[in-house]
Amino acid sequence: MRVRGTYDDVNRLCSQVADRYGWGLVNINLRGYYGEGSKTMAFEIAEQLGWRLPTAVVAPMAGGSLLTKLEKGFREFTEAGLVSGAAPRLYGGQASGCAPIVHLVERGGDTLVPVVPDTIARSIAIGNPADGRFAAGAIRATGGWAAGVSETALVDGIKLLAETTGVFTETAGGVTVAAALVLAESGRLRPEDEVVLCITGNGLKTVEALQGALPDAPIIAPRIRDLEAQYGHHL
Amino acid sequence: MAITFSLPTVLARLADGQATLEGTGDTLGAVVAEIAGRYPRLAPRLRDEAGGPYPFVTYYLNDEDIRFRNGFATPVGEGDEITVVAAIAGG
Repeated sequence: MRVRGTYDDVNRLCSQVADRYGWGLVNINLRGYYGEGSKTMAFEIAEQLGWRLPTAVVAPMAGGSLLTKLEKGFREFTEAGLVSGAAPRLYGGQASGCAPIVHLVERGGDTLVPVVPDTIARSIAIGNPADGRFAAGAIRATGGWAAGVSETALVDGIKLLAETTGVFTETAGGVTVAAALVLAESGRLRPEDEVVLCITGNGLKTVEALQGALPDAPIIAPRIRDLEAQYGHHL
Repeated sequence: MAITFSLPTVLARLADGQATLEGTGDTLGAVVAEIAGRYPRLAPRLRDEAGGPYPFVTYYLNDEDIRFRNGFATPVGEGDEITVVAAIAGG
């Protein structure tokens, strides 16, 4: 079934279903496993870089949990002696239409102000992020920052990632790419940085986000000359 | 003026096992205070030391998050339903 409402609305329903019927929902009553699983993203980053740490990591923020678990994962690997050096600076991205954690980072302090989400990045559209304060804390503690991006920018982020890497991500990934661009343009990410972008979802989840953003595929007759006329410059 | 007050199981244990209570009061905060008075073990889970809502506990008045109304000062009336939900979700 589909549920009418925002991520927060669905979260409320899931919480009540899990409670009333005993369903196990990874986002709700199996949250401890969810958090520990998120942590392994940091482990994989270190492993895939050859057992060392990048200087900066950019991740999308919804409830804010991932940022906190990245910090935990890098810290645990360092404490275990598996990697050494400075912890990566952690950066978070949100769509401007739902950016309560970005606002908290920019504003400072400890009070997160919830918002009503208004963005196509629905997979991260949590207006009242439970881990928002902790995500902001992890960002501050590591010397990172946060950035909000427009709807156009996040779609451009999806396209840029696909065009340059062949990876088709959903809207949260587009937010991450767009946020990285904003952070680089503002000098928060530096030329000497080794930056890891956390692309956390497959583009097939949100194909509607690209409607109207991509040109229609040309239609040709089944003739080789028609194909060459269309794509000759690429052949 | 009876108002329905629904608790998740983890908190119902602190209210003699009752997931649904009836409360009284003119505002949501007053209802919370009235229920907190009846169930002292539940009280610190419903509100902070200053009597305000915790950021990680969400109160819905009927279908609306009270943060988008007037918080604990939101008026309530006969037949209203208050639902307490832990604010956890998302990555």
